[in-house]
Amino acid sequence: MSSLNKSTFFRAFLSYLPLIILFISVFNEFDFNYLKIENFSFNFVYILIFYWTLRNPDSLGYFSIFLAGVINDVVIGIPIGISSLCYLILCAVTAYIRNITLSPNFVKDWFSFLFTMILINSIQVIILDLIFLIEINYMSYVVNTGFTFLFYPIFFTVFNFFDQLILQKKND
Amino acid sequence: MATGRDDFVIAFRSAFLKKKDKQKFSLLSLILLSIVVIILSNINFKPIQFVKIGINEIIYRSSYIASKPENYLQELTLKIKNHINLFENYKDIKLELENLKQEKITNNFLKSENEKLRNLINENINSDEILAKVLIDRESPFLKSIILNKGTKDNVKLGMAIIDGVYLVGQIIEVNYTNSRALLLSDLNSKIPSVLAPQNIQAVVSGTGKDYGIIEHTKDDIVEDLNKIDSIIYTSGLGGLFKPGVPIGKISKDTKNKVNFFSDFTQLNFIKIVSFSIGDKN
Repeated sequence: MSSLNKSTFFRAFLSYLPLIILFISVFNEFDFNYLKIENFSFNFVYILIFYWTLRNPDSLGYFSIFLAGVINDVVIGIPIGISSLCYLILCAVTAYIRNITLSPNFVKDWFSFLFTMILINSIQVIILDLIFLIEINYMSYVVNTGFTFLFYPIFFTVFNFFDQLILQKKND
Repeated sequence: MATGRDDFVIAFRSAFLKKKDKQKFSLLSLILLSIVVIILSNINFKPIQFVKIGINEIIYRSSYIASKPENYLQELTLKIKNHINLFENYKDIKLELENLKQEKITNNFLKSENEKLRNLINENINSDEILAKVLIDRESPFLKSIILNKGTKDNVKLGMAIIDGVYLVGQIIEVNYTNSRALLLSDLNSKIPSVLAPQNIQAVVSGTGKDYGIIEHTKDDIVEDLNKIDSIIYTSGLGGLFKPGVPIGKISKDTKNKVNFFSDFTQLNFIKIVSFSIGDKN
């Protein structure tokens, strides 16, 4: 009985894991700034949303993603709604890719991710710079996009492992 | 051709409008909601501002709790680094202490002389200080700001200066009921009227988005002067927001107009929120 409860809890925990990681990361803003590596930053949330909405769309609700965007805006201090819009555009692209793809291909997904990041970062820059007149460092966006693109395969492997585990537990 | 376009329309419509079993909202409705929120946050409408303050209050407190593990990791990294460099630091600090002792004697004389001169012109600088704790110091690659645990209930107002020890670190840009946000000097949007000593040049210290600042609004020949000797930058007091003479940073003669801030913005725990008023004794 106890092992059954434990197993049910573990299964529920695993199914909510992407959501938990999403909220922890927007509250926390994993940036590794304290390592003081100049010109280094990556957007973990983009990778997380892109992977899970593409591979297992049931694990992240669109409203949760919208809420995560609002939290991210408040934490980093940009006008509310901008991150939500960017995250949802990311979801729209993954939904489109899912609809047009029969068999998933890692390399195609990886380059679609780069294209999407360029698109959403451009939208963010336009809104911040031209509408809200907030001065921003364009180079930071380029560096951030580059490192996020490079880190995608690493997190893809990790998330893939968790996805397999979730599927396995679901089928048990 | 028509089939290809139809496929695109079907895929597009399905992506934006179709809800999956577990999705309660369609993507299109949430994207529209985001756009409405962005537009509303750009409007200075009182009820929206109250909602915004409420959201800020909840999220700042939650973020403070969620950041605890990462902050612990950060402190641990720092402790290890300090431990490794202990002996080298000891030698440097010993030398620096000797120099500071000598400088202090001269400074005491200058301080009393300055007070006498201010008394002569009947000028008085009043300052109010509020001690605050840094709740969140998320230095995003795009915006450099910190969240403090004091807000309107503690009489914090927009534009007040943030001081770490004796060094300027930024100014208040957003005030909520129990907390506030301060923009750091390193942010691209930070512009501080300042004066360079010993050259006595008026300039503006601007953030770069990195951990140093630059000098703006000076003539080219003045910038050439900066390359001859090391300069210390103080607030000039122009604009009336900051007390004149608060140290900001240093420009080494080899680094052209690059300002190295005195305070380390990644190590801020407790700071002072300060307001100044300059007037005569009465």
